[in-house]
Formats: sequence, C-alpha cells, structure tokens
Amino acid sequence: MPDQKNSSFFLLLSLLAVLLFVLDLAYGPVSIPVEDVFRSISGGKASKETWDYIIVNYRLPKAITAVLTGIGLAVSGLLMQTLFRNPLAGPDVLGLSSGSSLGVAFVVMGAGLIPGILSVWMLSSYGIILASCFGSFLVLLAILAVSRRLRDTMAILIVGLMFASFASAIVSILTYFSTAEQLQKFTFWAMGNLGNLSWLSITILAVCISTGLAIAVLCIKPLDALLLGENYAKSLGLHYKRAQFTIIIATSLLTGSITAFAGPVAFVGLVVPHMAKLLFRTSDHKVLFFATVLFGAIIVLLCDILCQFPGSDVTLPINAITSLIGAPVVIWLLMRKRKTFD
Amino acid sequence: MEKPLLFTRDLSIGYPTKKQVSVIASDVSISLRMGKLISLIGANGIGKSTLLRTLTGIQKPISGEVMLNGRIVSDYPPSQMSQKLALVLTEKLPPSNLTVFELVSLGRQPYTNWVGKLTADDIAKVNQALHLTATTHLSAKRHFQLSDGQLQNVLIARALAQDTPFIVLDEPTTHLDLQHKAALFRLLRTLSSETGKCILFSTHDVEMAIQLSDEMIVMNRGNVIQDTPENLIKMGAFDRLFDDETIVFDKQKQRFVFRGF
Repeated sequence: MPDQKNSSFFLLLSLLAVLLFVLDLAYGPVSIPVEDVFRSISGGKASKETWDYIIVNYRLPKAITAVLTGIGLAVSGLLMQTLFRNPLAGPDVLGLSSGSSLGVAFVVMGAGLIPGILSVWMLSSYGIILASCFGSFLVLLAILAVSRRLRDTMAILIVGLMFASFASAIVSILTYFSTAEQLQKFTFWAMGNLGNLSWLSITILAVCISTGLAIAVLCIKPLDALLLGENYAKSLGLHYKRAQFTIIIATSLLTGSITAFAGPVAFVGLVVPHMAKLLFRTSDHKVLFFATVLFGAIIVLLCDILCQFPGSDVTLPINAITSLIGAPVVIWLLMRKRKTFD
Repeated sequence: MEKPLLFTRDLSIGYPTKKQVSVIASDVSISLRMGKLISLIGANGIGKSTLLRTLTGIQKPISGEVMLNGRIVSDYPPSQMSQKLALVLTEKLPPSNLTVFELVSLGRQPYTNWVGKLTADDIAKVNQALHLTATTHLSAKRHFQLSDGQLQNVLIARALAQDTPFIVLDEPTTHLDLQHKAALFRLLRTLSSETGKCILFSTHDVEMAIQLSDEMIVMNRGNVIQDTPENLIKMGAFDRLFDDETIVFDKQKQRFVFRGF
C-alpha cells in the first residue's frame, strides 16, 4: 500500500520535472513555443533559426545546470541532515558554501601571486572546481571535529555560522587587495549564475555530480542506520568512521563542484530534503534519496523560471529567488514541526 | 553443564587516563549462559558502564579477556559482532520520521543487502519481534509519538529483530513508573526463558532485580561478584552496595531500610 502510493508520487514528480524542464527552455526574454522547443531538442529545426541558437547555446545548458545544481545540493543537504542528526543542516547553513567561496576567492583573487602557467591552470574550470571542493571539504572536516565535542545540535549550527562569517571575513580581506577586474569576476561568481556555462564545464559538472550521487547511493544503508544515532549504528555492524568519511566525500564533491560553477546557491540543500520528507512521510533513505533528487531538480528549475522577469529581459540572480522562497519555508517548517525538532 | 555464552579470564577493567591506568576492578569473573536473565547492579559511578562496555567489546580490558562464543570479544569485526550482540541504550534517538516498524526493521541491517532491502524472512522476524514485545499495534506510529514505556519496548523489539544470542540493556527501567518497570522485568524474563537468549541489563531497581533475575552481578568498590540472588543475600553482598551507613539491606524483607530518620 505505501509502496503503491510512493510509486504514484514518484511518477507525478517525474512528470512535473519534465514539464518544468521544457518550460524552462521555452520561457525567457524571448518566449519560444513549446512545439518549437521539442523540435529543436529532438535534433530538428525550430521555426526560426535564432530560436534554435538560443535553445542549444543558451537555454539548454542553463536548464541542465539547473537540474544538476538542484539534484546535487538537495542530496548533499539530505546527507548532512542525517550525518549531523540535525534537521537544519545544509550546505549553506553549515558554512560549506562559504568554504567553497573562500577556495574560489583564493584562486580568483590570489592568482596573481602564483607564477605563470600554474595560475592559468588554477583559473581554469578544473582549478576552480578543485579549490571549491577543497574549501568545502575543509569546512566539513572542521565542523565534524567540532561536532564530536559538541553533542548539542544547535551549537553545531552556530559553529557553521561562525565558519561562514570567518570565511567571508577572509574573502573581504582578499577583495581589499585585489584588482577591480578580479573583484568583478568574483562578485559575479558569488551572485550565483546557472547560465553562461560552456558545454565543457557542464560535462565536468555532470561527471562530478554523478560521482557524488553514486557514492551517496552506496551510503543509503549506513544513512538508515545513522537514524538511530552513532552507537546503535555501530552495534548494527556499521563501520562508523568509514561511513562518515564516505558521506563527507560525497557531500563536498557535490557542494564543491556546484559552488564552483553556479556560485553559492542558498537554501536548496536545506529545504528540499524536508519537502521530500513531508510528502513521503518516511525516513527511509531508499525513498528519500530519489525523492530528494526529483524535488531538487523541480525546485531549481522553478526558481530559474521565476528568475526571468515576465515580459522583460531582466534576469534576477538565482540566489535571490532561492532565498526569497527558502527563508520563509524554513521558518514555517520550524513552527510546524516543532515536535520532531526537539 | 553447557558451555557459557560469555565468560571472562583474569579480567581487569578500567580506563587509561593521560598519566596512568585507573583500574576499576580486577579479577572479574563473569560467566553468562543462554536462557538466563542477569542484572548488573552497583552504586552510581562504580563502573557499571565500564563493565558493560568491556563485556560488549566497545572498550578494551586493562588485562585479561572477554570470550564470547569462543572468541575474544574485541576481535570480532563489526559486521559479525552485530550478529552476536544487540544493544538497548539509554541515549535519545535523533530526530527522524521513523515509524515503529521501520525502527524495528533497522535491527535487520546485519542481514540485509547493500541497500538494506527487507526480504520476506526479515519481515517475518520483525513481526515476530513486535509480537513478542506486544508492540504490534504501534507499528505505524512515529517513534516520537510513543510514551517512554512504549519506546523502551520498541527498542527491545529492535534488539530482538537483530536475532542475536546476547542482548545487553543499559538501565532500561529508568524513566518508568512502578507498573511499567514491573511489565518490563516480566517481558525480559519471558524473553530470556522463551527465546533462550542471554539477557544482561544494568539497573538501579535492586529490590525488583532480586525478585526477578536468574542471576545478578553486584559491583562494589573494587570487586565484582556474580551469583543467584539467594546466594548473594546469604553472602551479604547487598550490605556494602552503598557507601552509606544509614542504608541497610534487610535480609528477611529482601529490601533496603533506612536508619536514623
């Protein structure tokens, strides 16, 4: 009975995701009819040549980035919420995105300090992705070290906030010493942007996300055991340290690569797992994982559509929209589910 | 006589601190048999947890060894240990949406595949565990909706579903009122005699433990004795349980009385 209900939910969510994907392609400063969108992505020709160009070179990369970003952030949020036994954990809340930002800031604004060829490489997609993953990995390790001493879940969140302000302080010091050009580059990155990614960057991002997701799938059973807490999980035969490390690798790979390409996107990682938990009313990670994947794609596609101001060619930064939706949702969640947050 | 499930050899327990090793008790001789309900009593801070942690292989002994099923307990890899020993702990469960059924099913993790899929056999074991603990009617409830007594029973069901010969419970009667304490003792007794499992639990309810356990392990400062409750009373093992002259054990009434009030 619940299985049947779950399958119909999954079917509905998948249809919604596909619908939003097509809408995301059709909608924008220039509206393109849905039939033309289909014709264009199925390899045919749209009624106008410019539409073809817009879809293939601009909207399709952006929509794919949106899907990858949504999936990756949402899953890393789910992993963190279970690992830290904290329903309010997420890549941005725990300061992972700030860690990534710091990594990127060092590369973008500090590149002048590194000699020749190395700085060229560091400023390429690979360098930025590496710096970003490394930044979030370091922050995760630091939070983990602190959380071993502080059992209090709220304290961990505060530590995450402190890491975030620490990281942004260093970033502002870096900006002080950087050139106008470097500063501009970093500021645009930090606003979060799903567009403007080359097909090569998208391929790199897709590889990182798929790897992260594959590792996350391997963690499904350990994650279920962790629902009972560390000691019970160990008594169930879980290799705790190994599981913890695997989860952290998956999380920093997902968050780091997304932050490197799309900038720090707020709230998706925190809110989306809760949507999955609310709809499916389960803690079973077999269900939650796929639910979170679908919800993640749906939410970021939706936000990306909302970024396009109707009837004008203004595009709002994605971060503004996710925060506008995300912050009230978190407050609502807190009020509604006080019991489980104890 | 059949071989004990767990026994100790020249065991000293304690923990190493920064400078020296602090020994809690040495020459600890314990032997636990299948089908027995054994309670562990002792004053606060005497080292009950250290003993339990050592017996379950979480902590290494200072010297000597604990043998479980013919093998040194700390030598078991986690995956095999989980098929020998199930725990019921005092710690609070982290927030989650787990239903009682899902919670008890997690006890099957040592047997399920890489993604944790339950087979028909697993589901049968879970249902049996729910049935034995009389918690079947709760199976659709969320764990945070339960009362303390119900939650304790559900956690015991989870340990039963783990299908191990040895179950250790850490102070399962705390937070329960008299009626629920009695019900819990009765449940543990039935489980040990009916399922043939060896059940060891620590408790502060000494008088109840005297009436309801098959054997008891009494921890006093520096020494640990294991025997049947009757023998322990004869030996006067309970007289020195508390380091306080005003609390005396009355052998006839089998209970503690207070003097000088």
